[in-house]
Amino acid sequence: MVLQPSERHYGDWNHRRLGPWCSPTGSPAPLSCETGCGEGSWILVCRLLVPTQVSLLSMEEDIDTRKINNSFLRDHSYATEADIISTVEFNHTGELLATGDKGGRVVIFQREQESKNQVHRRGEYNVYSTFQSHEPEFDYLKSLEIEEKINKIRWLPQQNAAYFLLSTNDKTVKLWKVSERDKRPEGYNLKDEEGRLRDPATITTLRVPVLRPMDLMVEATPRRVFANAHTYHINSISVNSDYETYMSADDLRINLWNFEITNQSFNIVDIKPANMEELTEVITAAEFHPHHCNTFVYSSSKGTIRLCDMRASALCDRHTKFFEEPEDPSNRSFFSEIISSISDVKFSHSGRYIMTRDYLTVKVWDLNMENRPIETYQVHDYLRSKLCSLYENDCIFDKFECVWNGSDSVIMTGSYNNFFRMFDRNTKRDVTLEASRENSKPRAILKPRKVCVGGKRRKDEISVDSLDFSKKILHTAWHPSENIIAVAATNNLYIFQDKVN
Amino acid sequence: MLSKGLKRKREEEEEGKEALAVDTWWLDPGHPAVAQAPPAVASSSLFDLSVLKLHHSLRQSEPDLRHLVLVVNTLRRIQASMAPTAALPPVPSPPTAPSIADNLLASSDAALSASMASLLEDLSHIEGLSQAPQPLVDEGPPGRPTGGAPPSLGALDLLGPATGCLLDDGLEGLFEDIDTSMYDSELWAPASEGHKSSPEDGPGKEEAPELDEAELDYLMDVLVGTQALERPPGPGR
Repeated sequence: MVLQPSERHYGDWNHRRLGPWCSPTGSPAPLSCETGCGEGSWILVCRLLVPTQVSLLSMEEDIDTRKINNSFLRDHSYATEADIISTVEFNHTGELLATGDKGGRVVIFQREQESKNQVHRRGEYNVYSTFQSHEPEFDYLKSLEIEEKINKIRWLPQQNAAYFLLSTNDKTVKLWKVSERDKRPEGYNLKDEEGRLRDPATITTLRVPVLRPMDLMVEATPRRVFANAHTYHINSISVNSDYETYMSADDLRINLWNFEITNQSFNIVDIKPANMEELTEVITAAEFHPHHCNTFVYSSSKGTIRLCDMRASALCDRHTKFFEEPEDPSNRSFFSEIISSISDVKFSHSGRYIMTRDYLTVKVWDLNMENRPIETYQVHDYLRSKLCSLYENDCIFDKFECVWNGSDSVIMTGSYNNFFRMFDRNTKRDVTLEASRENSKPRAILKPRKVCVGGKRRKDEISVDSLDFSKKILHTAWHPSENIIAVAATNNLYIFQDKVN
Repeated sequence: MLSKGLKRKREEEEEGKEALAVDTWWLDPGHPAVAQAPPAVASSSLFDLSVLKLHHSLRQSEPDLRHLVLVVNTLRRIQASMAPTAALPPVPSPPTAPSIADNLLASSDAALSASMASLLEDLSHIEGLSQAPQPLVDEGPPGRPTGGAPPSLGALDLLGPATGCLLDDGLEGLFEDIDTSMYDSELWAPASEGHKSSPEDGPGKEEAPELDEAELDYLMDVLVGTQALERPPGPGR
């Protein structure tokens, strides 16, 4: 894959719309359409690097461009910790894809417009805007640093020409407006072209200023800052279907906000015990129902999900529904609770199901059945015998996310060794794919991976002991209507597309 | 910090061990697979590991509450399973409401545990005196700077007493001079007054004189070395 060092404006993200900085090679791929899992037919569209790395490349421009290749980029010393992607989210149309990173930065990618000449370029995403959402802060009262890492991004549905998104770190939620400017007024009477005031005595005629096209400028401005409402670390935000309110959840409390009001919020869930000695459970994720603005769910570290109805009472400490699967006695261990801790909960697009991710499985629940999930998928069951080691190195506490595809027929989640898994709910087939530089050529079909659990290892299999546990896919996103997925692997963002035969 | 000839800490060695070996010994004692393994020793290892994790988590400037709660709950599970096995020399039957501190003293590594308990206690005692006043008692772990255990997470009683005293004394306690007699080396005689008094102290104190001298010296060095690093300048210094 060859980057385009001719695009020089790496330092000026906010004010230019850049061309692609990865150009695919190979034959044009047809557009994807609604299909199922399509195992074996996923192709890499592009791999996107965060701007920090690309600006390093531009400094090397006098080097032969042939040297700027995969092996150069493979050098991990160029990747800083601030570049680690911490959240990925498509907007409601799929036109925009936002990422947040540990450095508090948000990078928004936009889908390449369809063009007759270069039909194969549709499906590529290019940088659209990048801005610093959160800065590191210091809480003077408690003598604590507040991390600037972006924990979650959620888009608001588009209601006018501008785009709006919520981004949050551990303590503060911000509403950002991203808007374009591609015209500017020219022909002022009292100012000249550089903006300097003209001497009125020299003005002899009047003219009407006109709007003339200019180079596209994308600017992001913070419109609201929702601060000082969370004592503990925010893990989730969710926009309500009324588009007027949203909620933010931390370890012990959930608050409801109105977008217009930043100096107060309603506390709707509070599980903090009167005596902290009795604390045994924390909130791990929360989400609003996609259609019913009064309904939301939240998950816990004990593997339970509570569905609450805000019409029932102001403080929703008493749930309307309680989802929990009884523990399997044959799998009981000291680590049972840790691996049952739910790291992500997502409503299906239909609103009929919820999906939860715990350490080893993904489960689909029917809202009408509380006593057990309707489907359980094993993500990496071969780790069940390694739990002690994973406890030792803290990997057992990793929080993986999970996503639905647009039609709720396929679910996807990440694993280790840069693997991610897809499960087709209809055919019950699953596939393991890998997001890595070495194994991905643009437009080449991704090869399914297999982990060998014991005994003889086949040629293409990888043994459990060879897995790299530092390479974890925690964050993935699925386009709302097409089979395009975004997979975050440390500081790389991979975009894959389902190739239709 | 380590002088020549001294062994590395036992805990470090354990943590640096093998990558991912298949292991079954950590399974619930009720599990059939455990019959093959030595459960008491295994549980004890896991217990120590969990205590270390807990301590490490608490020493973060802002502990991850989820991580903390999960580790504490796991520790409780291990503790609950260790109590009935009691395959260890003079282990008294656990009291009706066992706290982690009590069980530390009751474990087979009573001597090491006793030293560790007093080590943790004195570390928190020192740090507790230099803490800024806490806005509210119930703000919990996120509000606490390094080392000072939240008095509100009661399972962590072994870290509790110093900060409990701090709150009892009110703000005046902050401005007292740090008692330097704590740093005298005589403090680290075995079974010294650093322990919390509890019914299980008896066997602990009996075990302590058998503590390996080299181990004790090492602990003393670590503590003194740690204090030199972590003790911030207090008022009047």
